[in-house]
Amino acid sequence: MKKAIDSIMPSSSAGMSRIDGRLKVTGAAKYSAEYTPAGLTYGVLVGSTITKGSITSIDTKAAGQAPGVLAVITHLNAPKVPGDQPEGGKPVPPKGAFKVFYDDKIYYNGQPIALVIADTFERALFGASLVKAQYHTDKHITNLPDNRSNGFPPRGEGTYKRGTEDAWKAAPFKVEQEYIVPTVTHNPMELHAIIANWDADNKLSVWDKTQGVKGTQEDLAHLFKLPVENVQVHSQFVGGAFGSALRTWPHEVAAIIGAKVVKKPVKLVLSRADMFTSVGYRPFTWQKIAIGATADGKLTGITHEAAGQTSSYENFTEGPTGVSQNLYACPNVNTKYHLVALDIATPTWMRGPGEATGSFALESALDELSYSLKLDPVELRLRNYAEKDPESGKPFSSKFLNEAYQLGADHIGWSERKQEPASVKKDGWLVGYGMAGGMFGAYRSGATIRAKMNTDGSLLLQSAVSDIGPGTGTAMVLIASEQMGIPAEKIRFEMGDSSLPNAPTQGGSATTASVGSAVYQACADLKEKFQKLIGNGGTDKPDYAKVLKEHNLPSLEVVTETGGGNGMEKYAMNSWSVHFVKVLVNPATGVVKIDKVACVADSGHIISPKTARSQVVGGAIGGIGMALMEESIIDHRYGRYINNNFADYHVPVNADIPQIDALFVNKPDPIINPMGAKGMAEIALIGMAAAVANAVYNASGKRVRDLPITPDKVMA
Amino acid sequence: MESKKTCTGPDEGLDIKDSSRRNFLKQSTLLTAIALTPGTAIKAAADHVDEQFAAVFEKMPLKMEVNGKQQSLSVEPRSTLLDILREQLDLTGTKKGCDHGQCGACTVHVDGHRVNSCLTLGIMVNGKKITTIEGLAKGDQLHPMQEAFIKHDGFQCGYCTPGQIMSAVACIREGHANSEHEIREYMSGNICRCGAYPNIVNAIQEVKDGGMKV
Repeated sequence: MKKAIDSIMPSSSAGMSRIDGRLKVTGAAKYSAEYTPAGLTYGVLVGSTITKGSITSIDTKAAGQAPGVLAVITHLNAPKVPGDQPEGGKPVPPKGAFKVFYDDKIYYNGQPIALVIADTFERALFGASLVKAQYHTDKHITNLPDNRSNGFPPRGEGTYKRGTEDAWKAAPFKVEQEYIVPTVTHNPMELHAIIANWDADNKLSVWDKTQGVKGTQEDLAHLFKLPVENVQVHSQFVGGAFGSALRTWPHEVAAIIGAKVVKKPVKLVLSRADMFTSVGYRPFTWQKIAIGATADGKLTGITHEAAGQTSSYENFTEGPTGVSQNLYACPNVNTKYHLVALDIATPTWMRGPGEATGSFALESALDELSYSLKLDPVELRLRNYAEKDPESGKPFSSKFLNEAYQLGADHIGWSERKQEPASVKKDGWLVGYGMAGGMFGAYRSGATIRAKMNTDGSLLLQSAVSDIGPGTGTAMVLIASEQMGIPAEKIRFEMGDSSLPNAPTQGGSATTASVGSAVYQACADLKEKFQKLIGNGGTDKPDYAKVLKEHNLPSLEVVTETGGGNGMEKYAMNSWSVHFVKVLVNPATGVVKIDKVACVADSGHIISPKTARSQVVGGAIGGIGMALMEESIIDHRYGRYINNNFADYHVPVNADIPQIDALFVNKPDPIINPMGAKGMAEIALIGMAAAVANAVYNASGKRVRDLPITPDKVMA
Repeated sequence: MESKKTCTGPDEGLDIKDSSRRNFLKQSTLLTAIALTPGTAIKAAADHVDEQFAAVFEKMPLKMEVNGKQQSLSVEPRSTLLDILREQLDLTGTKKGCDHGQCGACTVHVDGHRVNSCLTLGIMVNGKKITTIEGLAKGDQLHPMQEAFIKHDGFQCGYCTPGQIMSAVACIREGHANSEHEIREYMSGNICRCGAYPNIVNAIQEVKDGGMKV
């Protein structure tokens, strides 16, 4: 499968279409809220209206008497969740996941304090409006910049040093600046939803929005002290997630508790407002970067500090400073990462976790340095190109980032760019170009595939893996099609169900590498099984149906398990990206228009050009949202989100987005897996926000260091 | 005037104990029952049968044609067309993304025009023709817009897709698909978080340029 092919820039119609495309365009694809087990009831959550304190009383009488209401569940009457209880004799850990309906404590605004279950959605919603709570209110803190001094290092992480500390200070050219990435909310289009049903006292079925059915199965088995096999998790279609469905959340547990109480299936769909408080977000992060360089643009030192917010009850850590340790060859690097605990819900991983935040700061600072050096930003990066991993000294399994720079620069028309900011005007708009890059570890975990060849020549592949949108099934079918030598139409890929063979949670850009390797190996094993039937001298890709019939067999099956990352001990493995952006800035209003985008991914061999292109385009658009409009705003007087809806929380719409060109270096990685494919999801977004900010500076001379780059900041 | 109560929101001003139509209905059915046989009435109240009576009176008839099929329903006036389609008719192709008319995932056609079904009460479409994503194809023959969305990969996760396609068909019918710029403007009521916008524009342009009947 490792073909040396030239770089590609697929069109939107190039390559094989998605295997589930027909289901998605006809409305037949079923997402988790769209199943109808007999006796289905509806749950609606009531959220806390204070930010910190405790519930002193909760009046559920009116709700309980409202038409159709079957139950009102609060901390006062909820059945205990066994996994939430302290283990016999062991002390309760000081911090941990939020436990729904556990006690009277309030940790964040919008925290679920009651669940109303009724026979229809409307009746549950009305019932929920009747629940009234009284609180004892404590003083809350939700503002990171004012409370940065309370930061603390996360356990086992936080600081890094190579070479001399703060070496940048001695350099002839230097930049020292602060950058802000605000809270950004995943907001997948599908609202998080679960249908929970107790099939028996010790058997649970859920249709749940999750990026990993096996992970959810384990979590729920642990929480409700059930044998793992007694928990069934179905998640055949997932309407986007971007990280928000990587862990099990309180609303899922609430619905399961509710189903236990009413002894009927309970459907619980979060509201859009709930999506801001219930399923994580990219944490508000303050950063300070200092870079020193010689006159010819060689980096001499990077110092990178970051402080990210977390909740008061749980520590969420990511790696915003990692990018400064790894992206460039720089002899002296020191970084520091702190957490600041606030009275908010716990953040979670969001597309490019850590790196997306860190690269905004690093790649903006590098751009600032390029202007003080009067050096082209691409040239500055090439002069500090890391030929081996700067942190470990290991060789890279593959790295073609220099080719990616060239491809992107050629494609965007980088030669048109003027080094002098605010020097190009066209039709009344200022014109500017910017670029920035990203990297993300190329990971691979173990996975199992069942592959079954039938007498009609059709191949069935089964895996528990979820597909939150990238087209996992499509890529797997393409891998199997090539390995088996049969057309893709003959292959069916079953997924998204915990009863299927093991697969890792879809996250960290590792699905194709992990599950794809298992598909590849399962096909090899299946072919070997056919070879044994045929005997020596047969072709590698026989007429499978014919062989089965000749041997009077209904089918031939293998179950193949493959392991995790190969070669990690010898090689550093990463995917790389670079984004080039041309923007127009209106000098009278500060409005920024994205005019042209070229994104280049060095993510190994491209298995599925059509879906790979869409993934890169989608990541770029997510990055444009992060750059120009996305910010979840808390009114710190109340500790409450004030723009928790799609009218006030702006995401890119069609009118904001031009055609986006996705280019692929398309050179296979010889180490990571037999396909030579590396991940793509994170690098599609990482670096994009800085590329836009850098282009805005080139166009207007205005450097915006706190995202999003709204017109008021451009005009300030 | 002083006795008139105004309803300011779902959780304020509406006192179901005293003033709601529901309680009036419950009391009046109860009164009728008491006039007949007191014993039955007490039992009825205990079994929440009065509740069931009231529920029937509170509903309103709704007749509409959905995807060519006549539907005769009894719905609460507060039920949205979106929830009726999804929860009562099991037409889950129409999606709920915000429930506030802000994302377009719930777009359907009412008498041929695109409408946010989450902002449309069921009783507002009495006697009207509704087309949902499930009614766009002719049997196995996909609508050209559905074909174009597959060809140009106008989606990733697929959740906004039914709304995008219903909007896209209407966009061409309205005469708002004459340029890439115009398509982007008139498709901006449909949010796609996966970022398939350029692909969606390509799909719509192909259908428009192909001159296919939509």
